Amino acid sequence: MREVDSETMKIVVCVKQVPDSWAEKTLRPSDNTLDRESVDAVMNELDEYAVEEALRLQEAQGGEVVVLSMGPSQATDTIRKALSMGADAGVHVVDDGLHGSDAVATSLALAKAIEAQGADLVIFGSESTDARMSVVPAMVAERLGLPQLTFSSSVAVDGGTVRTNRVTEYGYDVVEAPLPALVSVVEKINEPRYPSFKGIMAAKKKPVQTLGLADLGVAAGEVGLGAAWSVVAEAAARPPKAKGTIVADDGSGGVAIADYLSAQKFI
Amino acid sequence: MTLALSAEHEQLRKVVEEFARDEVAPVIGDYYRRGEFPLPLVRRMGEMGLFGLPIPEEHGGMGGDYLALCVAIEELARVDSSIAITLEAGVSLGAMPILRFGTPEQQQQWLPRLAAGEMLGGFGLTEAGSGSDAGSVRTTAVLEGDTWVINGSKSFITNSGTAITGLVTVAARTGTRPDGRPEISAIIVPAGTPGFTVAKEYDKVGWNASDTHELGFADVRVPAANLLGERGRGYAQFLSTLAEGRVAIAALAAGLAQGCVDESLAYAATRESFGRAIGTRQSIQFMIADMQVRAHLSRLAWRQAAALMVAGEPFAQEASIAKLYSSEAAMDNARVATQVHGGYGFTIESAVGRFYRDAKILEIGEGTSEVQRMLIARDLGLPVE
Ligand SMILES: Cc1cc2nc3c(=O)[nH]c(=O)nc-3n(C[C@H](O)[C@H](O)[C@H](O)COP(=O)(O)OP(=O)(O)OC[C@H]3O[C@@H](n4cnc5c(N)ncnc54)[C@H](O)[C@@H]3O)c2cc1C
Repeated sequence: MREVDSETMKIVVCVKQVPDSWAEKTLRPSDNTLDRESVDAVMNELDEYAVEEALRLQEAQGGEVVVLSMGPSQATDTIRKALSMGADAGVHVVDDGLHGSDAVATSLALAKAIEAQGADLVIFGSESTDARMSVVPAMVAERLGLPQLTFSSSVAVDGGTVRTNRVTEYGYDVVEAPLPALVSVVEKINEPRYPSFKGIMAAKKKPVQTLGLADLGVAAGEVGLGAAWSVVAEAAARPPKAKGTIVADDGSGGVAIADYLSAQKFI
Repeated sequence: MTLALSAEHEQLRKVVEEFARDEVAPVIGDYYRRGEFPLPLVRRMGEMGLFGLPIPEEHGGMGGDYLALCVAIEELARVDSSIAITLEAGVSLGAMPILRFGTPEQQQQWLPRLAAGEMLGGFGLTEAGSGSDAGSVRTTAVLEGDTWVINGSKSFITNSGTAITGLVTVAARTGTRPDGRPEISAIIVPAGTPGFTVAKEYDKVGWNASDTHELGFADVRVPAANLLGERGRGYAQFLSTLAEGRVAIAALAAGLAQGCVDESLAYAATRESFGRAIGTRQSIQFMIADMQVRAHLSRLAWRQAAALMVAGEPFAQEASIAKLYSSEAAMDNARVATQVHGGYGFTIESAVGRFYRDAKILEIGEGTSEVQRMLIARDLGLPVE
């Protein structure tokens, strides 16, 4: 077990830029990947909880918060937002070769970047609102050989130990692990702060390091669309909403509805 | 040359847009219906630093500028005017006079809490018999030893009766000038001072979730040190405060005008009549295009005035132009947006129904449209009546 001095504890928070969940999303016709250019991009909402949790840990016991994001060049906006909320520094993993990366490849690039940072605690949101896979935190932990404390609804650090409440179907488990460790947090673990104007101005002066595949020591063949374990072969637009069926109740309405529901296999 | 926002102001705009959409929009209709001041939202805005936007960091503010304040007000007003005027009056009428004219002691005493949004300040100029003709106030303050004794009343004072109201800056006659005209001074009256009474909330046509009261002063005694700025400079100070405030009101009006466009676009895309979305009809499209023109010009006008103000250039005429144009644009857009929404637009459940009720005051408060025209005419050198 590594002794961690809380004064110098380094927390790396991973954040992803995603299309605004209010926006209509489309696929690029050329390769069936998400068209990230035609929609407003925002910080993945779940990651706001991760940033907030990191800042609260830092406020409680000191240390440094570094925000890490892999994504196209406009992902700097998301890094800036985390810096405006109060994170100290940013790392942006950006490379054309990363386009179309699946979760496995993403976890590789992130793991390499985290390794280079030397984190005591890594915090993720529990899923991204665009892909909703919830697997990247676990994959990164595996790659780094870190204990993984996923789906946390509370996080406490005490000396060299992190303790979380892990949300389960029946309630929660109390889980504990030595640092360094990786945590993913669930929605509503806290109330994320809005960046203040002072924070926005201060963020201008905070360092953001940009890393490409070569900097991370990742070969082009290991990531990107070509290395993806699955491909989207074909996509079709969602069919327009069909007109509903109206049942006029002439005494047999109940039966008609039951027949309809059973034909749809609802009952 | 462009009037685009800097990257930082744009980031602020997005933050406030998100707050307004996620936290104000879902709940404000209920506050409005109940005529209740939305204290939890105001507290949240305080935590976000919105009340400290143009206040220097040494006074507990964000160290931003008046432009930043206007950006925030415009974004709030796209969703709701009550919340936007609470910020506008709190900062531009409550805190700014103390920042501009206060002694270091007054600044230290009041600004940190005002900037944090923990406390609100009111600005008491208008009286039952003195509105546009603000120089004719009848409230008096007499210096007895080292105490001001204030008697009189004030009408329509925003943010003057909330649970977190800490003070009202009162314009009062403190004597007669050598030329026979009244000497007017500004005096800080802390909430809760004996003799200072707050009447019940007005039954207003709009701004129903904003706090407005009539105030009474019966032998209200405050220390001589509560004089704000110089004795006899009260009227000039109030006028310069109002000139700045006009830019902020113009930003609020631009926000309301833009909110009308936002709401109408969404409604026209989904509301069907005669088998088609109403937004496919040219008549509706033209209404929305005209609304967009007015919202756009309103924004350009306040940004230009704010840019001049922040640069330290004369801006009074531009402020009056922006306030006059954008408040009329807000009225026009509210009327048209309600039309686009049909019957639904006539309910206060719909945002445009609230916009319709909220727009009118913009042509009245902080200088009526007639007063703006008078100011512009005078600035052009036309003779004073
Ligand atoms: C919701 C609300 C909030 C307010 N908040 C505040 C506040 O926080 N602090 C504060 O001090 N006041 C506040 N006011 C008061 C507001 O500023 C005044 O109502 C406004 O200045 C107009 O004054 P009045 O109502 O006395 O109208 P009047 O001055 O009586 O005007 C009546 C009409 O006559 C016109 N008119 C007046 N003089 C002339 C002239 N010389 N030439 C041509 N036309 C003229 C006006 O334009 C108007 O159309 C608020 C008002 C409202 C309704």
